Amino acid sequence: MLYFSRFKVFSIFLIFIFGVYFFIPNFLSLNNNFFFTDKKVNLGLDLQGGSYILLEIDSKPLIDQKIQAKSLDLRRELRKKNINYNNFIVGINSLSFNFNPNQRNLVNELLSDSSINSNIGTSGKELTISVDNDKVNIIFTNELLNLIKKNALEQSIEIVRNRIDELGTKEPNIITRGSDRILVELPGLKDPSEIKKLLGKTAKLTFRFLSNSNDENSLGVEILNSPKKDFKYNVEKRIIISGENLIDAQPGFDQLSNSSVVNFKLDNLGARKFALASKNNIGRNLAIVLDNEVISAPVIRDAIVTGNGQISGNFSSQESNELAILLRSGALPAPLNIIEERSVGPDLGKESIEKGVLSLLIGMLLVVLYMIYNYRIFGVFANISLFANLILIVSTLSIFGSTLTLPGIAGIILTVGMAVDSNVLIYERVKEELKIEKNNLIAFDTAYKKVLTTILDSNITTLIAAFVLYYMGSGPVKGFAITLAIGIISTFFTTYVFGRYLVSIYVKKNKENLIKI
Amino acid sequence: MSFYDNKYNFLKYKNFFMGISLIFFTFSIIFFFTKGLNLGVDFKGGTVIEMKFEEMNKSEDIRKSLLKINLGDVKVKEFGSNKEFLATIEQKGKNNDFVSSIKNHLEKDLNKKVDFRRVEVVGSKISKELTRDGIYSVLLALILMLIYIWFRFEWQFSLGSIIALVHDVIITIGAFSLIGYEFNLSIVAAILTIVGYSMNDTVIIYDRIREFLKKDDQKDLDELINDSINSTLSRTLKTSGTTLLALISIYFFGGEILKGFSFALIWGILIGTYSSIFVASPILIYFKVKRNWEEVVDTSP
Repeated sequence: MLYFSRFKVFSIFLIFIFGVYFFIPNFLSLNNNFFFTDKKVNLGLDLQGGSYILLEIDSKPLIDQKIQAKSLDLRRELRKKNINYNNFIVGINSLSFNFNPNQRNLVNELLSDSSINSNIGTSGKELTISVDNDKVNIIFTNELLNLIKKNALEQSIEIVRNRIDELGTKEPNIITRGSDRILVELPGLKDPSEIKKLLGKTAKLTFRFLSNSNDENSLGVEILNSPKKDFKYNVEKRIIISGENLIDAQPGFDQLSNSSVVNFKLDNLGARKFALASKNNIGRNLAIVLDNEVISAPVIRDAIVTGNGQISGNFSSQESNELAILLRSGALPAPLNIIEERSVGPDLGKESIEKGVLSLLIGMLLVVLYMIYNYRIFGVFANISLFANLILIVSTLSIFGSTLTLPGIAGIILTVGMAVDSNVLIYERVKEELKIEKNNLIAFDTAYKKVLTTILDSNITTLIAAFVLYYMGSGPVKGFAITLAIGIISTFFTTYVFGRYLVSIYVKKNKENLIKI
Repeated sequence: MSFYDNKYNFLKYKNFFMGISLIFFTFSIIFFFTKGLNLGVDFKGGTVIEMKFEEMNKSEDIRKSLLKINLGDVKVKEFGSNKEFLATIEQKGKNNDFVSSIKNHLEKDLNKKVDFRRVEVVGSKISKELTRDGIYSVLLALILMLIYIWFRFEWQFSLGSIIALVHDVIITIGAFSLIGYEFNLSIVAAILTIVGYSMNDTVIIYDRIREFLKKDDQKDLDELINDSINSTLSRTLKTSGTTLLALISIYFFGGEILKGFSFALIWGILIGTYSSIFVASPILIYFKVKRNWEEVVDTSP
């Protein structure tokens, strides 16, 4: 146990050289240094400041839409096949109707048609259909519901990305979580309120006419509010053009009305539709509807053929800017709700780092003094391995690019306290062995041998706790688990291997002398 | 003769200490079900805002101002200084610009500039998920420990150590219920760490008991276990000592956010050290641990 081959000594020092090499860049602000890497410990959002926002897609409107569409399809087919039905009920995610039992075969034939019940993937179906005596029950399958969610999630994440990119935050991290959630991490952001405002809006834009009382339009009319005035509009349901036809939107300023506006540009199809509609409806009011609110309803004075237009609505310059961003980045398929938010200002983050480092230094000083007081020269050995340990922990964090959080710093401090445990175990054991064994070499050797299983057993239990924490925890807690786990492994190396090497040098020099611990 | 060289009779009063543990344990459960825990937003849902004013302020004024805008239950307390406050708000807001509307209201109403330094908003769905995950993670850790110790030792050891761990976890939760410190995600992390630490402590004593059992199968079990506790005592106390030194440093210098976390750990180290000596070890006597550790020697010619 006290013999170290040249190769072993060489390996130990190689590890430390690596450790120091990855340790140092964390304390230098060197850019593109030819010698050191730019790998550093990643600071968590709670230390560098920033926002963690978890959004959930409200997929209910999408499922409603889908069920409405399905019921229209089905009724059309039923009529086409001359099937008599009644009691047609549209539920939350189900449909049902009654039929004449004589037409049972027709009904079965219709329902097994793949245009009504299409396939999902290789084995799934959209609908679960059960036919009783004279009644049909149709339920959306989980596959279909999941597909709707999945599609909405894929569309939404792109749009969320666009909107955040428009605001120009640095290195945002935007990923999906589960089947209907999007996680947005925005490091370094001082105030997330603007982004939150932008993320909350679906930004569905439509251009529609206000209804004439004598209108014969078959799609009907709805009453919509205006966001600024207490005013209600009767708006046709028929859509002239929608946000999908927009290719650009920019904030601008209108000299005439002396207010901020949004200038937009339509694609070819949109421009043609818009030109035709405006030509035929001169004198009518065109409602510009955003998320079911009428922003403005100007009168059409001329046919608009260029495909360029302007939206005015008593905007402030910030509002017109926001609207332009929303229109450029596209509409969300469904509303996104913030279900979890954790934001930390950069000042607080900096303060947390300072306090964390201060308590680390004080804790370490206390432990160092305590070890020297208890074990004299051997305490010094323990302390040298403690410092080596700290370097290795930080450099391991740097190499893997792990995230250091505030609880993570606490984890390092806790490791400092617990790291000396292995040393204490060893030294206490050596004391016992020295009582029965006069030969120093043999006493130390047996102590190290006997204490190995104890060290392993006790560290593995803590490691189990760390793994559970990592697996179940989130954000800052994960950071704690990482430092705890790295700390345990590097502690084993620094105390049991490196510390033993230091002790072995000392013991070999003092073979004949009386060693007191 | 140093303190550590004395031999103490830890098991002489084993029934007394078991009784005390049982009383603590029972009271913890009673506190938990009657007084309950002061759950943080992680587990209850709602909004927490850490705010800093440029000049000093009174928490009561801030609370009164917040109550004007219908946020449900509002609690405000000083957080480190009389310029910094922590507001706990029952609601989480339906609207995505909920937090900025609170800020606007405060600045207008109090006529003072305020900086929101930390904001945590947790919806009820998430808080339910976090509660479930928290409970699962503690249970999972306990089960894994049980399996590991069973694998490394005998079932008596495994059961003894788990009883000691459950004892530590319940009494820590009881302490939080009694004192009323906020119970949040980081406290669950602290409890898991306590589980790891207390296990670590117990394993070291158990390891020694096993070693002595292998050496001597005649000695009285009480005396053998007592010897094991005594011979590991100085290690137990010194390690607890250094760990406590590090944790006390976090408690006093690590800032407000880590206060509850480090308190839980300090408490846990104390209770964990106590339980490995006074709970985990005596239990082996009640369970009648296996005495015959000799490996079967093949004596056939």
